[in-house]
Amino acid sequence: MDANDSPPARLGRFVEPFASVAEVAASDGEPHWMLGIRKAGLARFAEQGLPTLRHEDWRFTNLAPIEALPFRPLPRPQARAVSVADLDRLSLAGMSGLRLVFVDGHFAPELSRIEAVEDKVQVRGLSQTLRADGAWLEQQLACWHEGQDRAFRALNDAYCTDGIVLHVSAGVAVAEPIHALFLSSGIEPGLASHPRNVLVAEANSRVMVIEQYASLGGAATFTNTLTQLVVGEGAQVEHVRFQDEGPEAFHMGALRAVVAGSAQLAAHSFALGARLSRQNIGLTLAGPGLEAILNGLYVTTEKRLADHHMVVDHAQPHCASHEYFNGILSGQSRGVFHGRILVRPDAQKTDAKQTNKNLLLSNSASVNTKPQLEIYADDVKCSHGATIGQLNPESVFYLRTRGLPVETARRMLIHAFAGEIIDRVQCGPVRQALDRLVWDRLERDAQVRLDAAAPHS
Amino acid sequence: MSTPQSTIDQFVQSDYKYGFVSDIETEALPPGLDEEIIRAISAKKREPEFLLQWRLRSYRHWLTMTEPSWPKATYPPIDYQKIIYYAAPKPKAQLNSLDEVDPELRRTFDKLGISLDEQKRLTGVAVDAVMDSVSVATTFRKELAKQGIVFCSFSEAVREHPDLIEKYLGTVVPYTDNFFAALNSAVFSDGSFCYVPKGVRCPMELSTYFRINTANTGQFERTLLVADEGSYVSYLEGCSAPMRDENQLHAAVVELIALGSAEIKYSTVQNWYPGDKDGKGGIYNFVTKRGLCRGRGSKISWTQVETGSAITWKYPGCVLLGDDSVGEFYSVALTNHRQQADTGTKMIHVGKNTRSTIVSKGISAGRGQNSYRGLVQMRPTATGARNFSQCDSLLIGDQCGAHTFPYIEVKNPTAQIEHEASTSKIGEDQIFYCNQRGLSKQDAVNLIVNGFCKEVFRELPMEFAVEAQKLLGVSLEGSVG
Repeated sequence: MDANDSPPARLGRFVEPFASVAEVAASDGEPHWMLGIRKAGLARFAEQGLPTLRHEDWRFTNLAPIEALPFRPLPRPQARAVSVADLDRLSLAGMSGLRLVFVDGHFAPELSRIEAVEDKVQVRGLSQTLRADGAWLEQQLACWHEGQDRAFRALNDAYCTDGIVLHVSAGVAVAEPIHALFLSSGIEPGLASHPRNVLVAEANSRVMVIEQYASLGGAATFTNTLTQLVVGEGAQVEHVRFQDEGPEAFHMGALRAVVAGSAQLAAHSFALGARLSRQNIGLTLAGPGLEAILNGLYVTTEKRLADHHMVVDHAQPHCASHEYFNGILSGQSRGVFHGRILVRPDAQKTDAKQTNKNLLLSNSASVNTKPQLEIYADDVKCSHGATIGQLNPESVFYLRTRGLPVETARRMLIHAFAGEIIDRVQCGPVRQALDRLVWDRLERDAQVRLDAAAPHS
Repeated sequence: MSTPQSTIDQFVQSDYKYGFVSDIETEALPPGLDEEIIRAISAKKREPEFLLQWRLRSYRHWLTMTEPSWPKATYPPIDYQKIIYYAAPKPKAQLNSLDEVDPELRRTFDKLGISLDEQKRLTGVAVDAVMDSVSVATTFRKELAKQGIVFCSFSEAVREHPDLIEKYLGTVVPYTDNFFAALNSAVFSDGSFCYVPKGVRCPMELSTYFRINTANTGQFERTLLVADEGSYVSYLEGCSAPMRDENQLHAAVVELIALGSAEIKYSTVQNWYPGDKDGKGGIYNFVTKRGLCRGRGSKISWTQVETGSAITWKYPGCVLLGDDSVGEFYSVALTNHRQQADTGTKMIHVGKNTRSTIVSKGISAGRGQNSYRGLVQMRPTATGARNFSQCDSLLIGDQCGAHTFPYIEVKNPTAQIEHEASTSKIGEDQIFYCNQRGLSKQDAVNLIVNGFCKEVFRELPMEFAVEAQKLLGVSLEGSVG
């Protein structure tokens, strides 16, 4: 951070484009109340600015590079930035079912497939919903409090242009996964997109949503996405956030979920790309007897950083929450994990478990992990664990005694380590696609292939 | 649910047995803090110039710092100008033998179970007793001196071994370290000093007993322990304070230095006045303790039993600088009524093949809030380092809290770290089983709690282990009906 830069001057570039974004949004027929949300967001952001390393939640994640970046939100979509052929090159391209494509934060209907929407299910872009069903959306947007993603939430409030809005009515089971693809054109540095997703699954419904983030060009873009998820009573929701942006991209992602009683939520996060990525996950367990799984895998190379922060708030009795996060780190990359399980006084019979395992493949990779428990109820079962280390030499040795070359042995163990997480994705086709992708990605990494010297061979 | 509920509701306070006030004349400086007070403290203790300058530097640095707000504890702001920074029992003439110690003072220590000459005759533990701010008596000095061991009050050490003090003071906990360490460095009045020369195995347990007696005083003692190459020393620390309605501040600094192959074992039974059952009064125990394993193969082991204090804020840590050095931390922290404890450890691995073990047992009862906060850091140079951490919490009653905040930072891939934590309560079935075998509910709870803490008690020297078990029993008295 530049010491001479006073805070308002530093923040100026985040404030300047606001007038044009707000003006364009209003001229496109956005309801008036949305301008209020935007202005309030901008004011909150201007007040606090980006968090610094002094902030406990951001101790290990330096946001200075984002601050140094130009900040260019696009009020309107760029003409012909992306073609259908571009999409075919991406992973998960072969998936059938509904697909919504957003380019630099704007819905691209010509690339999307939303014809076959089932009855009682609404899938639309945010900007369209704002015009068509504003009252409902206003209600949805109003009911969220701020979490640890404060600054980015505020920025998203101010600048969000589009995103997926999903409303599944009570008792409806959506057969195929709904795929939302967020692309950065990556043409010029500083292009900023602020997707805002609103997902509502009413009581006893069932749905799976995949949010995929990818880049086409290599410029240093900035994505600041926020998903609000409401899981109704007895509903079953699976949510995948698959972040695979370009090696220079900055990705700030938030998932804020409120889960009602007896529901089941599985939220997966796969962080494979971006120079710096952060997932803020806030989960409020608002009804008794529900089950929630947070599951994540981060694979980092070179000088990248992947950060996962989550707060699971057990507010009701008889809930189970399990968090599993594995990281595979090579090069000079860094992994950051912060998990906090909060068990409130009334949340008796809570079953909460949190694990964070890290595999270091190089000498200069590093990990900072903080698995935390905060417990105010006595009749609970809570545990957490964290491990950091290399591949277990004994496991490698065992496989070698069975006749496997050291390279194969290592590869098997690393794949198994990633597989633990991937296996928890319930939807078959998605699981297989991710599995292939992660394996390909690992195979490309020299430190997995063991071109580097093996410390225990 | 009715049985355990009613059981737990009857969590009545046990009396704090050390809450008496001794009627000893004290000489105190007026409350408040400025450079004049620091000069006065230094002059009273006839300190050399370097120490005064160090105090003043500390004070000036302290002025630039703000009180930390991150601990998981809530308390009203402390007015640092209302504290008496220096209070000493009178008369303060040079003592040649125990017989010269003020009889009232000796009765105080007798009541505490630290009868100075009893100890001397029977248990063979050398004791340095610190009342309010000043060390009042040190036993067994001659015997220790025969082996070249220096064990005396800090002020004596300043007068008699200024070279050692100047060499080691502040090398482990610099005055810039944190707010309370800076405050301590500016105003510390006494404490213990120990130096064990090369290759000497200290023949007895060394012990310091701290007592806050005067109202409105803060106690700011400083302990410095240096174990030279190949030596061994085991050190015990105990403390208590009278029951008072206002909160008193205890901000101590302990520095341990282990040179090559030396071993230091530091045990604490902390029993400051915890306040009454509504949280009125009690000691704020804001302590900085750190050990430096400077030489190859050195070892520092911290064992602590924390049952007292309204608020405990302490993280005894080890900096494992020498290759193959070992750090250990065993802790039992009990919070009852409205006590708050935010305690844990820091293990900083720098040298190759360094090892550390952390076993932390937190027990929360009543409305107590117990937090484990620990840092394990593997620096890039810590090849082959290992850490094992285990934090277990036991909850008794539904109004208490148990929290775990581990920080793990690894910059070396050959390092191996394991961290485990669990939270549980005393099960109805466990108590029922004990009842069946003829144990009362209270005995069952004591039994279960002691079993829960066994791994830590095992590390305590014998005399302390017995005391710790009793203390835990007393603190839990009436926890069940």
